[in-house]
Amino acid sequence: MKRRTLLAASAFALGLSAVAGPALANDPLRVGFIYIGPPGDFGWTYAHDQARLAAQEHFGDAVETFYVENVPEGPDAERILTQMALSGADMIFATSFGYGPAVNAIAQRFPDVAFEHATGYMQEAPNVSLYNARFYEGRAVIGHIAGRMTETNTIGYIASFPIPEVIMGINAAYLHARAANPDVNFRVVWAYSWFDPAQEAAAAEALIDQGADIIMQHTDSTAPLQVAQDRGALAFGQASDMTQFAPDVHLTAIIDEWTPYYIKRIQDRLDGTWEAGDSWAGIPEGEVTFAPFNERIPADVRAEAEAMIESIRTGEYHPFTGPINRQDGTPWLAEGEVAPDGDLLGMDFYVEGMTGDVPN
Amino acid sequence: MDFSSINPVVLIAALMVAATPILLAAIGELVVEKAGVLNLGVEGMMITGAVAGFAVAVMTRNPYLGMLAAMGGGAALSLIFGILTQLLKANQVASGLALTLFGLGFSALLGQGYVGVVPPRTAKLNFGFLSDIPVLGPILFRHDPMVYLSILIVAAVWYWLKYTRSGRILRAVGENHDAAHALGYHVLRVRILAIMFGGACAGLGGAYLSLIRVPQWTEGMTAGAGWIALALVVFASWRPWRALLGAYLFGGILVLQLNLQAAGIRVPVEYLAMSPYLITILVLVIMSSGRVRKSLAAPGSLGKPFHAAG
Repeated sequence: MKRRTLLAASAFALGLSAVAGPALANDPLRVGFIYIGPPGDFGWTYAHDQARLAAQEHFGDAVETFYVENVPEGPDAERILTQMALSGADMIFATSFGYGPAVNAIAQRFPDVAFEHATGYMQEAPNVSLYNARFYEGRAVIGHIAGRMTETNTIGYIASFPIPEVIMGINAAYLHARAANPDVNFRVVWAYSWFDPAQEAAAAEALIDQGADIIMQHTDSTAPLQVAQDRGALAFGQASDMTQFAPDVHLTAIIDEWTPYYIKRIQDRLDGTWEAGDSWAGIPEGEVTFAPFNERIPADVRAEAEAMIESIRTGEYHPFTGPINRQDGTPWLAEGEVAPDGDLLGMDFYVEGMTGDVPN
Repeated sequence: MDFSSINPVVLIAALMVAATPILLAAIGELVVEKAGVLNLGVEGMMITGAVAGFAVAVMTRNPYLGMLAAMGGGAALSLIFGILTQLLKANQVASGLALTLFGLGFSALLGQGYVGVVPPRTAKLNFGFLSDIPVLGPILFRHDPMVYLSILIVAAVWYWLKYTRSGRILRAVGENHDAAHALGYHVLRVRILAIMFGGACAGLGGAYLSLIRVPQWTEGMTAGAGWIALALVVFASWRPWRALLGAYLFGGILVLQLNLQAAGIRVPVEYLAMSPYLITILVLVIMSSGRVRKSLAAPGSLGKPFHAAG
């Protein structure tokens, strides 16, 4: 993987001499993307790349997009970002949480480049913008479906890293599964990777071996779905429609729809009105959507799920509405209280009823 | 702590599957090292086998043709190593590392068109009433054919090294290539054939990952399995049955770790992930301590280049 990064990097270095001069007025806006995985993961990176392609299509010759895939978080990201900026990128989308330090360091050195960092929280330069999606809204909906459909009352959850984003997803899914089925029990396996098909498949096997009949995942490969298909367990896709990998058991998927945001932000940059912001959109804005529901979801469950989606869309319902206690029994949200965004973005605890501990 | 949800029978069946790729790669590397060659390119050969097998299986819709192609792919890549180190006398460690780097990049290139493709399935064997025996059925009689093949290969390698003339020649070449040469054996030919066998086994192990275990092609999907296989050969002190034991032990650690997590038991994942390497270092330390060394010893000419004198 690193070899390809290197190749891409040297390609940028070569391109440098060609674009170093002052940009002409009719030059296209150059928009770079760095990806944590391959665009063919059919998960997280795939969703970003689909939005990139849609934006490219939308703007035509006015914009030129390019990407570097499989960029590890850490020093490699810093190197790639530098090369992108040096090679004339006007705008860079960094699409993984761990790129934060690198984005902020490089943004200070290139004040004329607009940086957009997905799922981050660090904003140490005026040209760093943050964007994220309220995936927990989607997880609340699939949690409800899972709670209604499980027969063993055991739901397996393949988690990536113990960060707030993932923990809030587990909590949202659990709360709504329990609301639908008070006997439900979640089993969580941490894969410590966003994308490791072999590990994810093994995790799915272990969960099914221990009685889970529904698998949820917060990792990006389609491997858990394929295991579920083989073993006859139900499962949900991640980030994009993964039906083709498990046509019989893929109930639905939470789809990351970045296209509206990308088009809007690139348009702002073209117009010269781009400003650093902090966007956290969800179902209401169309940033979190769902793959077509599988026919195996009973009509009443489907109707309930659709009603929940609708109430979140209108803003009537927030998935984290009190009373909710922490796992240790201390109160978190009072009756009717809605979770402040700050609490969600720093979430490091399970809600009451979850078993197991959040790893450090 | 609640261990009740962990079913030991299911656990053993799962660890056999988890161990099969590293076992296949390790038994191949064991033969290579027995011939006196250290090939650190296992990871590269595995991933090349994974992509070659996947591509052919997808094209022909036959997983077994894919497995054959994986063996061919792994062997072809190892032949590069063989030519470099045996004919051109390049450094084995450097060539092996280069082979891993090359294999990872080359497989990513070859696999670009295969990301997200679903391969043909490999059916699990059904032994009729045998598969229904309680406890033994799920452990022994409900696997895919490759699990059995890997055990057969271990048995064959053991028998071949111990009881056949050609197996003894290979060991002689590995123990003392000058003596073997003086006796008239073709040191280079034996070694190149051994290297290709190792490549074929590693390729097969890779294809097991991409065609059966996951089953999917993704870049870098071997994720260090080749390095564990290398560690395993040392851990097994170059004995086939110990390699089987070690592979099941290492596979067991992986499966147990996930099962403990699923049972809600907090486990130090980092330490468990480290453990194969720690055990191997421990074995190396014990080996270097003189007296025990004889019983565990590595092949005498391991890693040394052979120059036919005169």
